[in-house]
Amino acid sequence: MSRYVIGRIGQAALVLWAAFTVSFILLQALPGDAILIKFLNPELGLGPEQIAEIRASYAADSPLWMQYVHTVSNFLTGHFGYSIHAGVPVGDLIFANLPPTLWLASLGFLLAVVLAVTLAALSALSPLAWLRSFIQSIPALFISTPVFWLGILLIQVFSFQLKLIPVINPGPWQALILPVLTLAVPISAPLAQILMRNIDHVLTEPFVAVARAKGASHRWVLWQHVAKNAVLPTLTIGGILFGELLAGAVVTEAVFGLNGLGGLTQRSVGDQDIAVLQAIVVFSAAAFVLINLTVDLLYPVFDPRLRVRQGALA
Amino acid sequence: MTGLNMIGRSLLRDDADILKSSSPGSTRVSSGARWLKSIKSIQPGLVLAWFVMAVVVLWALFPQWFTSYSATVGVARQQLRAPSAEHWLGTDALGRDLLARIIYGAGNSLSGAFVAVGVGLVVGTTLGIIAGSARGRIDEAIMRGVDVLLSIPQLLLSLSIVILLGFGIVNAAIAVGVTSIASFARLARSEVVRVRTSDYVEAAFGSGGTFSRVLLRHILPNSLTSVIAFAALQLGWAILTISTLGFLGYGAPPPTPEWGLLIAEGRNYIARAWWLTTVPGIVVILVVLSANRISQSFGKDRA
Repeated sequence: MSRYVIGRIGQAALVLWAAFTVSFILLQALPGDAILIKFLNPELGLGPEQIAEIRASYAADSPLWMQYVHTVSNFLTGHFGYSIHAGVPVGDLIFANLPPTLWLASLGFLLAVVLAVTLAALSALSPLAWLRSFIQSIPALFISTPVFWLGILLIQVFSFQLKLIPVINPGPWQALILPVLTLAVPISAPLAQILMRNIDHVLTEPFVAVARAKGASHRWVLWQHVAKNAVLPTLTIGGILFGELLAGAVVTEAVFGLNGLGGLTQRSVGDQDIAVLQAIVVFSAAAFVLINLTVDLLYPVFDPRLRVRQGALA
Repeated sequence: MTGLNMIGRSLLRDDADILKSSSPGSTRVSSGARWLKSIKSIQPGLVLAWFVMAVVVLWALFPQWFTSYSATVGVARQQLRAPSAEHWLGTDALGRDLLARIIYGAGNSLSGAFVAVGVGLVVGTTLGIIAGSARGRIDEAIMRGVDVLLSIPQLLLSLSIVILLGFGIVNAAIAVGVTSIASFARLARSEVVRVRTSDYVEAAFGSGGTFSRVLLRHILPNSLTSVIAFAALQLGWAILTISTLGFLGYGAPPPTPEWGLLIAEGRNYIARAWWLTTVPGIVVILVVLSANRISQSFGKDRA
């Protein structure tokens, strides 16, 4: 492994640790107390001693730094603690809710890329200036649209007006169509904007002029020379957009009533279930760091120019 | 929305560069010609954007000028009426006029957005200016802290803060504002560093200016332009995010009229009353689009 790779991994680990610490500080400084909220309920009929015992079992009264060290070592060994609300291990909760969100997010991202590439290609190929500027203004509209509103609008149009997708008991694939579309539209907007800008930028490069001088058609230039060079920087944005994807999943799952990581997040905020929320924050920070690490490490594979530079660095 | 912020910022930066290179020479035009030129350069989209913002600000300040209905008390036996001459945008399940609720909601949504941008602008810019002027270890410490803030997905960060502060529109606004501190700090720092190294700042130091004087007279005014353009961009984003928190139920409690909450409440009646969800959403889109358009023009005018 080169020095670059090791340095990059070390940096990722540092960011992850910092994210953990910030979420710990934020969530432990909490004025409300989830344990008291749940167990002080008079219907449970617990005496003060029993509550003290429960608090001790969650280590709620030990000093903050001890709790911190304890939680860090637990996270490192794969123990994410117990949900205060549901009483089950947080790890189990997360992994049970992971698959639907994973499907939603990956299909949503895929569709977003398809939408973005289609928009960028249409704008690059359109011969009319007004059509071009119209297509280029579509992403701005997408960015300004509230995700939850879009989801409700789609339900209204496709389920109630056109009756194409049943509201009650749709098939597993039918049930995914509208959520995936809802998630994809806002994600596609920044992707499309970056693609369009990159295409415009690459079109001014000397090698495009050379290709044109040799008699290449506009289409040929776009496909053979511009596409490859324009897609590369989009890879980076793809990594950065992960946070967007996650936020979109939370909202989309809330609109469509899906059970997934987003629904779990929403419930744990409502129940003030700190343990679950912290695990979700750390989990998503880890995913974010991992995706961006992969993108960075893959970059030289796709871009031969970087291999030379990286070789010079190592 | 880290990705969106970055893209928005780079768009603004590019516009500024283009205008900088074309600005000299245009000062000698006579005032009449300049006036004619400014008439010709009016952009209908921008005018429309200012018009939308003006209307919404008026809604927020003087809601009673625009509607005679109450936003919280419904009219008996007028539930779920479709848009008509009497109720332009229809009524909800409690017989409340939707237009009145949207108009009164402007105050909540706009003030929330201003609080959010205010938090990000004041805290973020201060941190950025300190980092950019102090350099060295202080700079290093502040900017690493900023990196950490950026590593947590923004919605999760604001949800953590909402848990910490409790639900409510001001708390939701603060939570949204905190997530934008990092972007403001980065932008302000880079601007301060850029201006600091320019020739006229060197000259101001050379002619005997003290650090604080040069900071106030030269560095701050010249670095704040793009920060202000960015703040306008953030305003649209804050309206969007606050409405999302409102929709999820962490913002204003019912029966407060707030745009996100209006959509959430209308969701239960999508089969019977399409107007309850559709119209508030269109209002949000128009306002956010306008804020973004105005922010773009800010970047151009001021550069």
